[in-house]
Amino acid sequence: MTAVMPQNRSADPVPQAGPPPAAAPEIPPDVPRKLQSKTIDDRASVIGAGAGSLALTWLFYTQVLLLSGLTGFLICWYLAFVVLYAVVTAVGNPRPVVADRVASAALHAGAGLVGLSLALTLFYTLYRGAPALPHLSFYTKDMAGVPGDAPLDQGGILHAIVGSFIEVGIAVVISLPLGIATAVYMTEVGGRFSRIVRTLVEAMTAVPDILAGLFIYTTLIVAFNFPKSGFAAGLAISVTMVPIIARAADVVLRVVPGGLREAGLALGASQWQVVRRVVLPTARPGLATALILAIARGVGETAPVLLTSGASTFLNWDPVNFTMNSLPLYIFTAVRSGQPNNITRGFGAAVVLLVLVLLLFAITRWLARPRVGRR
Amino acid sequence: MSDLQAVEDLHDNAGGPDAEDVPRRLVSRPALADRIFRIGSTGIGAFVLVIFGAIGFMLAIAAIPTLRRYGWNFFVENEWQPERDQVGMSEVLLGTFLVAAVALIVAFPLALTSALYISEYAPAKLRGPLVALVDLMAAVPSIVYGLWGLFMLQPYLLEVAHWIHQNLGFIPLFRVNTDPDAPMWAQARYTGSIFIAGVAVAMMAIPIGCAVMREVFAQAPIGEREAALALGATRWGMVRSVVLPFGRGGIIGGTMLSLGRALGETVAVLLIIAPIFDLKVRILENGGITVSSLIANRFGEATAIQLSALLTAGFVLFVITVIVNTIAAVIVSRSRSGASTEI
Repeated sequence: MTAVMPQNRSADPVPQAGPPPAAAPEIPPDVPRKLQSKTIDDRASVIGAGAGSLALTWLFYTQVLLLSGLTGFLICWYLAFVVLYAVVTAVGNPRPVVADRVASAALHAGAGLVGLSLALTLFYTLYRGAPALPHLSFYTKDMAGVPGDAPLDQGGILHAIVGSFIEVGIAVVISLPLGIATAVYMTEVGGRFSRIVRTLVEAMTAVPDILAGLFIYTTLIVAFNFPKSGFAAGLAISVTMVPIIARAADVVLRVVPGGLREAGLALGASQWQVVRRVVLPTARPGLATALILAIARGVGETAPVLLTSGASTFLNWDPVNFTMNSLPLYIFTAVRSGQPNNITRGFGAAVVLLVLVLLLFAITRWLARPRVGRR
Repeated sequence: MSDLQAVEDLHDNAGGPDAEDVPRRLVSRPALADRIFRIGSTGIGAFVLVIFGAIGFMLAIAAIPTLRRYGWNFFVENEWQPERDQVGMSEVLLGTFLVAAVALIVAFPLALTSALYISEYAPAKLRGPLVALVDLMAAVPSIVYGLWGLFMLQPYLLEVAHWIHQNLGFIPLFRVNTDPDAPMWAQARYTGSIFIAGVAVAMMAIPIGCAVMREVFAQAPIGEREAALALGATRWGMVRSVVLPFGRGGIIGGTMLSLGRALGETVAVLLIIAPIFDLKVRILENGGITVSSLIANRFGEATAIQLSALLTAGFVLFVITVIVNTIAAVIVSRSRSGASTEI
């Protein structure tokens, strides 16, 4: 009896020639064993160590040592957890398993902390800026003649939004053709000189953004007496954007398969035709990604704008005359004013800026999705 | 046998008995459009080179008079008073390095662990979104991190700073000029410190380091991974014996790239730190200065002399970041295997 049971259960599908395919559902399909499934020991040690360390920390932290403060409590809890987890594991497992579990605990904690920080950054900004967001005037009025401590239903950030769009628009008009042409030069023309250009572009992506502002400030504003304006700010932003676009576009153009280029040339196309009709269209989503990433960086640049545009309180559509405010600069000045309502406005503007960046980022992901394979 | 002979005969008779094979010269003059394209794109490349070379060049030119006037004192002196003819940036450089060091000490373990988590531990379905999240973290404007550090993080970090001062205050690095055990401890002495600014800057250094490290970890060869697992290694054993040694270049390069970012960060530091020109290593204490926050602080009221001093400071920062980033780029590009995409 006992010998027959397992045989019946694991009946092989092959010898059953008689029944038609309709009988197939009787045979359980092959389910691969899950190699990464957790054993009871795995789960129980985590839960046990977690609960035990919580109780232990509570006892010592609040009852014996009479300490206070949430930060310290969480740190002590985590340390106690790791120790307890290692001890519990060591009872029934060899040393490599103990090391594996401790490392796993550390890795999860590190990654969790980074994720938590990012989430806190986003939600805290939203939380502090929320009181300013429901007012319609926040989006439709500027701060001209509105004192900083005025209630939140007066004044708004229209001037900063418009200023940001104008400045980034100028920067895009300048840096898009320059950046992509540089990338095309580096990948398609090549030569020894292009290696110098590539080295320089790579070095420039990492140069502090404030130096871009300082460069425009000393040349344009101090040396040529050009007024502090949106145009100067746009130039400063484009100095930071050109290397980003050039480098990202360079990466994208380099992965265009060489076979496509050779096919074009073999069919008798000139190099320019190959670049225009084959290389650039093939890389179009990647180039769009490069542009939008650069815009997302450019719209949040504070340091160059701080030096070059000057903070106005009024709406200004003219990029070459008068000072022009922008979102990052508005946030900076509003938060530094120290008045609670102005700080709230600053956080509100930060939410608007974050939404802009998130939006650009989502577009990037959407554009990059069909072509770029994920690992 | 006879076939082979025939082929050899054929071959011998192909040219004259003495004629050597000379390849036909294939030289084509590029079409007009091509010549315009090449000249035009080379011109744009040269233009970009000139513009960006001009930044370094201009800073260098501006730095010459200051450096000639003050010589090595410029790096040793610790007074920043151009109007009184006292200019030295030792305290500014020290502050810059301290902020960057704090940022790296916080950012390095977090970047390493999150990169390992994403590439080795995260479920396959989560990997794509997590990579996007790291990219998003890099795209968040620095001023937002500055706000977060100033308004949200600072109250918690004050407690941490106070605790460190209480327990490790005998180390000069952690000294604060106040009584740590006073019943009402002086919170204001711990605000706006290099430590808090460094933690905020770490948020900007993490995504850069994490992205580079994850990319290199993901390229660790699958054969060696499977070999380690087949020999009975735990997951951590596999990571330690295969992924980490393979990704060492990426770890070093990514860390240096985040160091470059931390050295140049302006706005978050400017928001948080209280500008004080003191040559001090007391990172928990209120006050400090970095090169970029010095420039942002002083450019407005700068006269010609002061501007020249600021430009010199900018030049020093420029040279430091370019060196750090070039080394990092070389290390990273060496550790990356060139994946071919040829058809």
